[in-house]
Amino acid sequence: MRPLTEEESKAVFAKLANYIGKNLVHLIDRPDDTYCFRLHRDRVFYVSEKSMRLAVSVARPNLVSLGTCFGKFSKSGKFKLHITALDFLAQYAKYKVWIKPNGEMPFLYGNHVVKAHLGRITEDTPEHQGVVVFNMNDVPLGFGVTARSTIDTRKLDPTAIIVFHQADVGEYLRDEDTLF
Amino acid sequence: MDSDAEDSDEEKITGKNIEAKSRALDRKVALEAEIDKEEMQRAGGHADEEDDGLVMFDLPTAEEREEEKKKGGPDVQEVQRRIQECARVLGDFKRYAAKGRSRSEYLEQILYDISNYYGYNDFLAEKLFQLFSVDEAIEFFEANEVPRPVTIRTNTLRTRRRDLAQALINRGVNLEPIGKWTNVGLQIFESPVPIGATPEYLGGQYMLQAASSFLPVIALGPVPNERVLDMASAPGGKTTYLSALMQNTGIIFANEINKARTKSLTANIHRMGCKNVVVCSYDGREFPKVIGGFDRVLLDAPCSGTGVISKDSSVKINKSERDFMLLSHLQKQLILCAIDSVDPASATGGYVVYSTCSVTVDENEAVIDYALRKRPNVKLVDTGLEFGREGFTSYRGKIFDPKLNLTRRFYPHVHNMDGFFVAKLKVEKRKKQQKTAGKDEPMLNGIEEEGAEGEVGFDSDEDKPIIQDAKRKQLKAKGYRVPPRKPVVAPVA
Repeated sequence: MRPLTEEESKAVFAKLANYIGKNLVHLIDRPDDTYCFRLHRDRVFYVSEKSMRLAVSVARPNLVSLGTCFGKFSKSGKFKLHITALDFLAQYAKYKVWIKPNGEMPFLYGNHVVKAHLGRITEDTPEHQGVVVFNMNDVPLGFGVTARSTIDTRKLDPTAIIVFHQADVGEYLRDEDTLF
Repeated sequence: MDSDAEDSDEEKITGKNIEAKSRALDRKVALEAEIDKEEMQRAGGHADEEDDGLVMFDLPTAEEREEEKKKGGPDVQEVQRRIQECARVLGDFKRYAAKGRSRSEYLEQILYDISNYYGYNDFLAEKLFQLFSVDEAIEFFEANEVPRPVTIRTNTLRTRRRDLAQALINRGVNLEPIGKWTNVGLQIFESPVPIGATPEYLGGQYMLQAASSFLPVIALGPVPNERVLDMASAPGGKTTYLSALMQNTGIIFANEINKARTKSLTANIHRMGCKNVVVCSYDGREFPKVIGGFDRVLLDAPCSGTGVISKDSSVKINKSERDFMLLSHLQKQLILCAIDSVDPASATGGYVVYSTCSVTVDENEAVIDYALRKRPNVKLVDTGLEFGREGFTSYRGKIFDPKLNLTRRFYPHVHNMDGFFVAKLKVEKRKKQQKTAGKDEPMLNGIEEEGAEGEVGFDSDEDKPIIQDAKRKQLKAKGYRVPPRKPVVAPVA
């Protein structure tokens, strides 16, 4: 477990900013407690400083996880956000997409969101923007990247892809072995 | 038939043959009585049984059982009938037992039949049988064949029970609150969708969790901003419940020795949105060394699983006496580590909760009793669970601490949940005085002996009471009942 290097933090924050934009500062400056990012075995964890200080006493080979896992660095140094970061992304998301009940299961099986399943979308969402996907009861289901801007979606046919799938909560079941 | 024959005899009675007839009748009655007697002895029955209108029960002897085994075993109905009959006889032995057959013969037979009928190995059948009265034991074995209800726990970090119930009802799930004792549990009766893969489940709004595993967490009762240790935590049902009760504050150390199981544990913790958990993978016995000073420790010890036979029936055959010995040894080590990990000076806590999903005494009461004897600064306190049977304070000649009635046992046939055991211990500050008192005594003796005698030698007469006393102490320490000390006439040297 160690703090992130300059490059690593840049990669992480760039990814996060794609979804939560300027709300990123709320992750760092929290009113309740000081929180920090820690790297442990190529995984990035977001954890309160108190917890982190106590977790220091766990030896490296024995430490599995602490706080919330945000994602991992690939071997080539790219950062990939995991579904476990969804809580914070959903809380601070700038652009959101809501999908209809009949679109829930297809999305949870790892499919892209098509226009027929689209319930609502934040106005003036640009193209290739990170969005958090909710169901109609406002339960976050995952996140992805928009294929078209909000205005362009109006003209599309029902089978056209609106949001490219990146992660969904179904991964807790599907990818349990590789996620951690 | 007899009466018919008599009737026909009576019709033919005349003054001439009446004497001969009556003599013949006497003879016949005597003969019948004799036959009856023989029959009874053969059948091993009792006159009362016929009065009650019950079928006479024929207890097979050991040889007969062997023969039966060679033939390929009796049929199921026969065994079932025999179990019932044996239970009836054992229920009121004086009244129903056949003459000349001892209680142990009946016990042997019923155990043999139970292990056959329910598919247990002989050792485990006997071990479980001894826990209950005969009728209750059969109920217990019967309950192990039926699955327990599917239950879920609402994750209060994400939703409320009412909202969750509504969401699931909208999916066509038939459910109901478990009981008054919990305000987060829901029992699922039937569901058209897989209950472990609904969007609500994936969103972390509930956890599939047996009702029994709520209990140790409720007993532990963590409060916000504490430091809590869960020593054997996978797959995380109890850990996430702890986190929910603490409202995501403080810190929980979730330990799990098995690296493979930490994956599902971590996945569950993240899915349920618990942000105050540190997952580590140690042997639980290393614990106070890794980190100590916990306010509360939950030890859901690895166990034989005799309470969850309905879930995993492989327990029936794969547990031997050695397994139980190894397990209880491990449990004793773990509970001491758990106690030592607690901060006795904790302002809000200082508790250890020990639980197992086993019903046997040597994994439960014996372990607690051991901990109480090993750590004098620990005492049992009420678990705060409003139901459940009291733990045993004595069992088959072993006498445990009288406070063990504060522990709670749960049985599948009584509470319709997995067999379970919960004990709550309060760790207090160590007192120094007791230790010094113990050390002083042998020192004094040594000085006296040295002073009194110059020559060194053994005096066996003098040693006898001391040896006896030591043996007595040893037995007592093991938990056996010891006869009161005999007035020893001290030999005058």
